[in-house]
Amino acid sequence: MNFPILSSLILLPLIGSVFIFFNKSTEKNKTIKYVSIFITLSNFLLSLYLWYIFDKSIPDFQFIEDREWISGLINYKVGIDGISILFVMLTAFITPLCVISVISTIKYRLKDFLIAILIMESLMIGVFCSLDLVVFYLFFEGGLIPMFLIIGIWGGERRVYSAFKFFLYTLLGSVLMLVAIISIYWIAGTTDVQELYKIGIDQKYQNLLWLAFFSSFAVKTPMWPVHTWLPDAHVEAPTAGSVLLAAILLKMAGYGFIRFSIGLFPVASEYFVPLVYVLSIIAIIYTSLVALMQDDMKKLIAYSSVAHMGFVTLGIFTMTQQGIEGSIIQMISHGLISAALFLCVGVIYDRRHTRQIKDYGGLVSVMPKYAILFMIFTLGAVGLPGTTGFVGEFLILLGAFKKSFIVAIFASIGVILSAAYMLWLYRRVVFGKIVNADLKNIVDLNKSEKIILWTLAVPSIFYGFYPEPIFNTIDVSINSLIQTYNANLDIYFAGKN
Amino acid sequence: MENINLITSEIFISLSLMSLLILGVFKNNSSSIVYNLSIFTLFLSLLINLNLFSFNNFYLFNGAYKVDHLSNFMKVLIIVSGIFVMLSSSKYLKINKIFKIEYPILLLSSILGMFIMISSNDLMVFYLGLELQSLALYVLASFKRNDQLSSESGLKYFVLSALSSGLLLYGCSLIYGFSGSTNFDQISNNISEVQYGLTLGIVFILVGLAFKISAVPFHMWAPDVYQGSPTSVTIFFAILPKIAALSVFIRFLYVPFINLIDQWQTIIIFVSIASMVFGAVAAIGQKNLKRLMAYSSISHMGFALAGLAVGTNEGIQSSLIYISIYLLMNLAFFSCLFMLKRNDIYHEDLSDLSGLSKNHPILALCLLISLFSLAGIPPLAGFFAKFYIFLAVIKEEMYFLAIVGLLSTVVAAFYYLRVIKTIYFDSQTEKFDINHDIGLKISLLVSTVIILIYFIYPSPLQALISKIVIL
Repeated sequence: MNFPILSSLILLPLIGSVFIFFNKSTEKNKTIKYVSIFITLSNFLLSLYLWYIFDKSIPDFQFIEDREWISGLINYKVGIDGISILFVMLTAFITPLCVISVISTIKYRLKDFLIAILIMESLMIGVFCSLDLVVFYLFFEGGLIPMFLIIGIWGGERRVYSAFKFFLYTLLGSVLMLVAIISIYWIAGTTDVQELYKIGIDQKYQNLLWLAFFSSFAVKTPMWPVHTWLPDAHVEAPTAGSVLLAAILLKMAGYGFIRFSIGLFPVASEYFVPLVYVLSIIAIIYTSLVALMQDDMKKLIAYSSVAHMGFVTLGIFTMTQQGIEGSIIQMISHGLISAALFLCVGVIYDRRHTRQIKDYGGLVSVMPKYAILFMIFTLGAVGLPGTTGFVGEFLILLGAFKKSFIVAIFASIGVILSAAYMLWLYRRVVFGKIVNADLKNIVDLNKSEKIILWTLAVPSIFYGFYPEPIFNTIDVSINSLIQTYNANLDIYFAGKN
Repeated sequence: MENINLITSEIFISLSLMSLLILGVFKNNSSSIVYNLSIFTLFLSLLINLNLFSFNNFYLFNGAYKVDHLSNFMKVLIIVSGIFVMLSSSKYLKINKIFKIEYPILLLSSILGMFIMISSNDLMVFYLGLELQSLALYVLASFKRNDQLSSESGLKYFVLSALSSGLLLYGCSLIYGFSGSTNFDQISNNISEVQYGLTLGIVFILVGLAFKISAVPFHMWAPDVYQGSPTSVTIFFAILPKIAALSVFIRFLYVPFINLIDQWQTIIIFVSIASMVFGAVAAIGQKNLKRLMAYSSISHMGFALAGLAVGTNEGIQSSLIYISIYLLMNLAFFSCLFMLKRNDIYHEDLSDLSGLSKNHPILALCLLISLFSLAGIPPLAGFFAKFYIFLAVIKEEMYFLAIVGLLSTVVAAFYYLRVIKTIYFDSQTEKFDINHDIGLKISLLVSTVIILIYFIYPSPLQALISKIVIL
């Protein structure tokens, strides 16, 4: 057996968190800071190495580890293909930035926060690697505990309400998925994803199972009308919590749609396409309009997240090469850009302790560096050509046009709206005259903020101009996904006629 | 009497029980010695039982007493939890001035009664065991006799329990009348068709048993008794009688009456759903932690019964896994409760936990783990307990039971989260004492660590339990 690289990716942060747990949590203790940065960075390097040795020309799962876990029932099975490796890398890339941001902003109970972030990283990498439904569920749900604590302990005023809402909403969605997973075990005799791809699931169960999975992923995405937990959670969560939530947690659902909903239930997915289209369109247009009306910056970005994830679900269920690739790029880009936007809000929140848009204005004259970076990310969120946002939205619209003209038209309106609310936000916060006298003394970005924000800006521009490396990685996997999907549908409709 | 060695542990416990009583009477200030010797007795009987672990399907006393994998496993569970209960509660007893010789002796006799219940293969023997354990528990519940709540809970438990025993006895007599025997195997042979008298008898006995595990609608006593009894007795109530009653449930339903499954399955499903839902909903408003745990245990018993309602070996095994993990979670939680002591006064209100995580991070973490596990959140042990239950339930396509059960876990999650919120999000209060004795620390550490790392390799417990085949 080869070196278990995926398990090491999962375990490394966990080991780090145990180490930090046994350290003293004094104010002067630098060890925990260095250890957490070191662990997360080395995990990122490990994921880069994984990308390097990953064979991009075969559609199958690679680096598979298969061990007996619950004897006779479930195996611990992990492996990655072209789709999951990107998310693993995204997780490994975002976490060190979170750690740096936490170390520089969190004043109390730093040790606990670092432990929570490291555990989160383990669980999230586990979600993207797992090739068994039960293992997936374990990682998927396990993430609730640290996130609940992050929102509840370090959050804002209404943190308790938000934390409860977040936890109960996601739990409610997920228990139905658990029923579905166990049903699959008895229907198909296994929960091994690779096996299930081969043998397929009986069509007569697919619709119900699809709905059960959908209930979980729709809450997590979040899709309209079960999105209301997200603005609350984002507003109350500390900056690093928002970043984790937006950049990675929301991606678990998009990934779940591609891997499980489409992969396991092709017939049902085809059947429910109109439902997803409608919900996505509502999410795109309605939440964009809601975003326009927000006074709170974080809430605005949270609603824009819902709209962006609407694009993602739309793209995935076009079932076209362009649509799904666009969705994946959109998820990566949203991961980078929304993370950066939350950090941008965090920067001025740390200085002024308010997130109300009306309290700001004219920041460009006192914080020029901040204004530049904020501009980059605003344009990225708008989807300006030259940023990853553009590549994603363009491909999704391309895929949508292929399937349904009307849907694509509505989605395009969303693009315009996103330009409206983001640019308006930017204008109100950064341009104009300084109305609030307190803002004159505000200091520009410090060193760690600059590092974090530039680290996010560079890839979102680079891949905007040159998305080829991403395409290279996912092309083959998505191609085979769509082929299997169409083949399954053909078999089904041939059987029906 | 060639198989008399199979009941060595019962004989051993009864002998040491009597000699401890004599020792306690004739030697002054011997409560500490008696207490420690009782733990030692349990420990020795654990060794004896482990020795007998491989014996399966042996009958004694004309088939009235049965030793098989089920009884061995349940006895080991009982002894292990008995040892931990006694280890964790000695300081509590001393501080509350109820550290008397009667206490360990009553515990031991109750455990002996449970042993007899577990191994009984005959209605009369079963009833004797049940009464032995109950009588000891009546006294234990009101052991803090100067305390109004404790006396009340003892009386309440006695009256209601006596009523349920009466119903149970009536059920026994009906079954004897209609089948002509009290022996489980004989009954099974004698039943040829569905008779209303038999069904009625089953219902009466189920009522009595449901009372013992505090399942809805026979749960009324549980919150008051849990709250009123000394905490050291509450933890005992929460764990041991449930293990014993559950194994009687299995033996009673699956040996003589498996052919009448259509008659009792609906009852069990109803009781199970009612317990899960009621336990989850009623706990929401509770402010006393012991009372909260009473409702929580009602809901957990609903899950254990869901496994029994299935009517397959997988169902039984999933129930057994459930009760084993339930034991650990309760042990962890109550051990934490024993640590909430300030100036020799024990606190048991939700508000006392406020901001615990700032003053006592380790204790708060243990509570966090046990509470999330009780809520059934992966990857903690409590999730696996539920996972096995639903695996068995869904195999028989009982989707309604599964979905109601899982939705009730979401409701239940709310009140566990409320406790966690008080611990982690609220502002801190005064510190608690930290001079806990080693036994309490051990039982907290052992139970929490097992809950936490159970997910790494869940197979051993499953392998052990998969040997228990009833049908």
